[in-house]
Amino acid sequence: MASRSVYPPNRILVLGATSAIAMAVMRQLVTPAAHFFLVARSKEKLTAVAQDLLVRGALRVDMIVADLDDTQAHSQMLSVATSQLGAVDLALLAHGVLGDQAAAERDYFIAEQILGTNLLSAVSLLTWLANYCVSQGQGTLAVISSVAGDRGRKSNYVYGASKAGLNAFLSGLRNRCDRSGVQVLTIKPGFVATPMTAHVAKNRLFATPERVARGILSAVRKRKDVVYVPWFWRPIMSIIKVVPEPIFKGRDL
Amino acid sequence: MPVKTTSPAPPAFESWGRYPKHRADIVPLYWTSDFPLHAPSSSAMLPVGMGRSYGDSCLLDGGTLLDARGLDRFIAFDSATGLLRAEAGVTLAEILDFAVPRGWFLPVTPGTKFVTVGGAIANDIHGKNHHVAGTFGCHVPRFELVRSNGQKYECTATQNQSLYEATIGGLGLTGLITWAEVQLRPIVSRKIKYEGIKFVGIDEFVALSRAAQHLEYTVAWIDCVSTGKNFARGIFMQGDHSEQPEDLKPSGKPKLTLPVDLPAFLMNKASIGAFNALYYAKQYSKRKNALVDFEPFFYPLDSVHHWNRAYGKQGLLQFQCVLPWEPDFQQGIIQVLKAITASGLASFLAVIKVFGDVRSPGMMSFPAPGITLALDFPVRGERSFDLTEKLGNITAEFGGKMYPAKDARMAPRHFQQFYPQWQEFARYIDPAFSSAFWQRVTALG
Ligand SMILES: Cc1cc2nc3c(=O)[nH]c(=O)nc-3n(C[C@H](O)[C@H](O)[C@H](O)COP(=O)(O)OP(=O)(O)OC[C@H]3O[C@@H](n4cnc5c(N)ncnc54)[C@H](O)[C@@H]3O)c2cc1C
Ligand SMILES: NC(=O)c1ccc[n+]([C@@H]2O[C@H](COP(=O)([O-])OP(=O)(O)OC[C@H]3O[C@@H](n4cnc5c(N)ncnc54)[C@H](OP(=O)(O)O)[C@@H]3O)[C@@H](O)[C@H]2O)c1
Repeated sequence: MASRSVYPPNRILVLGATSAIAMAVMRQLVTPAAHFFLVARSKEKLTAVAQDLLVRGALRVDMIVADLDDTQAHSQMLSVATSQLGAVDLALLAHGVLGDQAAAERDYFIAEQILGTNLLSAVSLLTWLANYCVSQGQGTLAVISSVAGDRGRKSNYVYGASKAGLNAFLSGLRNRCDRSGVQVLTIKPGFVATPMTAHVAKNRLFATPERVARGILSAVRKRKDVVYVPWFWRPIMSIIKVVPEPIFKGRDL
Repeated sequence: MPVKTTSPAPPAFESWGRYPKHRADIVPLYWTSDFPLHAPSSSAMLPVGMGRSYGDSCLLDGGTLLDARGLDRFIAFDSATGLLRAEAGVTLAEILDFAVPRGWFLPVTPGTKFVTVGGAIANDIHGKNHHVAGTFGCHVPRFELVRSNGQKYECTATQNQSLYEATIGGLGLTGLITWAEVQLRPIVSRKIKYEGIKFVGIDEFVALSRAAQHLEYTVAWIDCVSTGKNFARGIFMQGDHSEQPEDLKPSGKPKLTLPVDLPAFLMNKASIGAFNALYYAKQYSKRKNALVDFEPFFYPLDSVHHWNRAYGKQGLLQFQCVLPWEPDFQQGIIQVLKAITASGLASFLAVIKVFGDVRSPGMMSFPAPGITLALDFPVRGERSFDLTEKLGNITAEFGGKMYPAKDARMAPRHFQQFYPQWQEFARYIDPAFSSAFWQRVTALG
């Protein structure tokens, strides 16, 4: 089926809606026709986000407070969300945790939690949403992965593994959805100045959430498959990916 | 809970003057619920916004800066009355982007739009309409203050009145402002009806100000380099919002930035003289009328991001005083200008304006009826400090006061003379809060 999606999307589902990157994306999508459905685990934060979008002129903002680690609850939550929205033009998956790498090296349970939030919950949500979008014959599934998934490094390989798993899942899902009119977008941000990196000393490679959001939305508009944001991460990662393992393994990364 | 970070070299947070350089940890706040911190640090804390204060009122030597810029959400807007409720890290630029297309404008705006609502309240800032509108705090009917003990106070002129009055102009010392209400004013056009008038001398400036009392905006540029018959020459700028309904859509965003630190020698007397002459020459006839967009009218420097870096790594000093009409404002201004000319540290910018008598609710608010004068000059060691000392003395002698938001050098004895209510104010300071400015001006001596 030919893709006939309209831009900007009007019926927008955001999982992990209190993410700083998601917030920047949503602000850039506010129009008098924009209907948002937000899901996040903190009611207080979610209310602040919803109020901001309404003041800025969104048509309607609905929300559900949910911990996305609870995959059991996904299908009911997504039925409520999609029936409120009527249809989904864009679903953005933005929730994620960086996790404590050192702790995960000592304790498998910590690693499991990181994989649970970043990978398993996304697999659960996307399984439901892909079927939904295929049956409506349109929609964009935009999923925030990370450059960290392109190659494991000792400083964050559990996080990296969760994102690498996500990348493989998305590439297969895209392959499956190709003829259905559904766009599957893998978003690979580099360093972004958000609460997730609040503890990291900032350098020139850090981008603002606003810049990252512009990159994401331009990729949605152009119906891209994989986008690095900002763009310069694509050449950086293409080099990092080809460094031979015998050399790579000896580096402090 | 945000994680505490240690700042790398150079200082991660600088004030606009880039002097003095103090190092502190920075904790970014993203949600109004992020403060108070769960593990309060034993050293002092201070909330900060965009760091557009020039000196050290937004700095701490050691301790923890609470970066409130991430509190950047709108909460409510009443399109019938123009009352906006926003988190304290929202900038005036963001308010303008939102409000102007809807037919609303800031009640008071400083010479840059890159300041936060929290910063605007904490310095109780003023603009070109002080003579009719008073300070920013006059248009903030309500805000929330969170103290380090976890107590939240909703403050208005009648509810938690003392904290309301102490926090407006309270230099960030009374607690963290999490959100505030700002009463916007209606407009029908982005345009300002502008008139520029050449003048020579303080007398003529005062006469022009009196004649323009009914207009919303008045300010003047004054040339600090010329002497003799050109002494105190300048351009008086007056304006009003255009009443001709027009498209309220925004114009292009500023792009130009100064990416590098220019060496201080580029800012010498000759180049500043040339700059001043050029500015003056642009105005060929005595009077010039124009319909101009509000951006260049209010924010002529905002199109050059980080223009402060043109002063080089050592940074710049600002001096702003207000001199009351009595005993002799004229002599006072003349002495200030002469001291500057004599120092050879000619000012890049000299701004002069008549303040009105609209009272601010702020206990420590700076503006007072009289004439205010603002200048900046490069930091050149003792020479610059001698000059600020001299200017402080003249201000004290003529019964005036200096503006903490633009100060890095005020002597404690001067501060305590300018703000005799400072000890009364100190009772409302959050016990966990302090600033480099406060430590400096309340020191013995
Ligand atoms: C080019 C230029 C032109 C200017 N023109 C004017 C002018 O015309 N009139 C004028 O009055 N000023 C003017 N200023 C000064 C500027 O408006 C003030 O210094 C303003 O307070 C800066 O706001 P900020 O957000 O940068 O705050 P900062 O400089 O970061 O902080 C200022 C103060 O606010 C406090 N603060 C910040 N956020 C909070 C919060 N959430 N809760 C409690 N306290 C808080 C800080 O502790 C500090 O004491 C100008 C500055 C520049 C650079
Ligand atoms: N920042 C970067 O440098 C960077 C780089 C590459 C990729 N990314 C990815 O970008 C995405 C967004 O992150 P961000 O940078 O915007 O950071 P962020 O503001 O911290 O956003 C992460 C969001 O995920 C939410 N979340 C975490 N676990 C959850 C759960 N179990 N259920 C529901 N929500 C949960 C968090 O909610 P709470 O607020 O309630 O904790 C938070 O809102 C993440 O997938 C991240 O991996 C970020």
